[in-house]
Amino acid sequence: MTTEGQLLPQRSLLNVVAAAVPVLLVLLLVPRFVETYQLQLVIYGLITAIAALGFNLLLGYTGLLSFGHSAYFGVGAYSVAFVVEHLGPHSMEFYLLVGIPIVAITSALFGYICVRHTRIFFGILTLAISQVIYSLVLKLYWVTGGSDGLRVPRPALLLGLFSFSGPQGFQLFVRSYYYYVLGIFVICVILMWMIVHSPFGKALQGIRDNEVRARFLGLRIRRFRWSSFLVSGTFTGVAGILWVPLNGLTTPDVLYWTFSGEIVFTALLGGFRNFTGPIVGGIVFTYLKTYAVASTEYWQLLLGVVLVTLVLVLPTGIVGAISRAGQRLREWSAAR
Amino acid sequence: MILLRTVNLRKQFGETRACDGLDFVVNKGEFLSLVGSNGAGKTTLVNLISAHLQPDSGQILLEDRDITFSTVAQRIKAGIARSFQIVNLFDGLSVFDNVALSVFSREGKTVKMTRLADHDQDVRRETLELLDQFGLASKAAALAGGIAQGERKLLDVAVAYALRPRLLFLDEPTSGVSTHEKAQIMDTVSSVVRGGMVTAVVIEHDMDVVFRYSDRIVMMHEGSFLADGTPDEIRANKDVASILLGAPLTV
Repeated sequence: MTTEGQLLPQRSLLNVVAAAVPVLLVLLLVPRFVETYQLQLVIYGLITAIAALGFNLLLGYTGLLSFGHSAYFGVGAYSVAFVVEHLGPHSMEFYLLVGIPIVAITSALFGYICVRHTRIFFGILTLAISQVIYSLVLKLYWVTGGSDGLRVPRPALLLGLFSFSGPQGFQLFVRSYYYYVLGIFVICVILMWMIVHSPFGKALQGIRDNEVRARFLGLRIRRFRWSSFLVSGTFTGVAGILWVPLNGLTTPDVLYWTFSGEIVFTALLGGFRNFTGPIVGGIVFTYLKTYAVASTEYWQLLLGVVLVTLVLVLPTGIVGAISRAGQRLREWSAAR
Repeated sequence: MILLRTVNLRKQFGETRACDGLDFVVNKGEFLSLVGSNGAGKTTLVNLISAHLQPDSGQILLEDRDITFSTVAQRIKAGIARSFQIVNLFDGLSVFDNVALSVFSREGKTVKMTRLADHDQDVRRETLELLDQFGLASKAAALAGGIAQGERKLLDVAVAYALRPRLLFLDEPTSGVSTHEKAQIMDTVSSVVRGGMVTAVVIEHDMDVVFRYSDRIVMMHEGSFLADGTPDEIRANKDVASILLGAPLTV
């Protein structure tokens, strides 16, 4: 190997693990210090993070802005509700087992249609398809419960090892479910990290940067975009599956286009150019929205102001701004 | 030995005949320069052969295999690669990843989702070797969007070369850089290409560069071939001189 080659840092797993372990430790300790309500918020934050992480494979790594990711979140949530209605077992593993293939198939189907176009046309297609699903769910009320939605009771966790009933059931469920969601969150983060750093992920980024050149490397552009869509939709769908038992109810709101907008917002807030951006965005957005709703009737106005400020002042999001500040600090200390 | 041949190849844009029934021949192992004024049809010819454009009529044969209707991906597999006149890189990826992506694609490894790209030692070794050959090893970790123009031109060639083609088309590898850099770039490119026994077709405007590096020169004018020969033959050709100087030469 050439000496120059050694300047190239080989992305060592060890470094990444070293950075992730403290964060994971903090997350593991959270339930010791917060009440049930706060813990619920953290769970919602982790779930939003998974949804945004999936969404960002398309936006940040493939260069496709989807305005219809509510569809996959909603399909995840509704598939769980249907399992409860028609198949019976109130087991989280069962929900995941049935839900994941359903969201994967849905993403593959819709993705196949959407990746025939790029840019604004892609965005409009994703939006249109998600609105079709929304209308269907709203109108087919004898199947979907219409605007009332469908109830989902608390499932048992880990093959029925933990079930939650009785007066303290909810508190116990939230405490246990936190670790459950955290586990799946960690798996999702590791998987997504592998994907974006794999040869497949590099190809996606190549296609994002320069479609013509990617074609002249022999890459089959549409197939890559489709695969990316499939993975992206499935991740967001998993978030929907995890969300519904905690919410206890799924309504057509999670299929409405404004919810897709929230997913976009989340990614922008954290920073779609960074791997960790959507994760940070997911947590921050959940808190932001909760407190905005609690403190003012005009919470949407508040979020709007945040979004405008964000785009104008922090176009690279929270994580982008922090990493740039860190870089400046390093340069400054190196110059001294 | 003929590597690539076009038969009566035509491409018209409106009234303009960019390629007017061209019978173009590339011999195995040669370093061929395609010259001519702007709009002579050089880039169109390369676009047709690399499947960037479809011809109106005619045939393209790679060692007697008809590739006229094959796709970009199929032609790359058959061994035809190209670089671009206006630098065409993956600006958000590192210099290393630009070349590595080419290698991954060639090896059919881009379908792998659950293996880290950096941990593929074969690809890593080959990529570093390629960067070394093109004098870009010290920039490996830099973003392709952030390096100097001359380096970007070289990287553009390196990305195409990493596909290990038999026939490499370079569309103005030295455009937009200083005269001094031109020579450096051409020295590097020609030594790598010749060292790798790759047949190269280069579109070039600078006649000093053309005369110095080419085995054969083909000159185009308004969609047709005007002259074809070794550098010495072209130098002696009066038509060429008149076209290059824009006026008939009377000596």
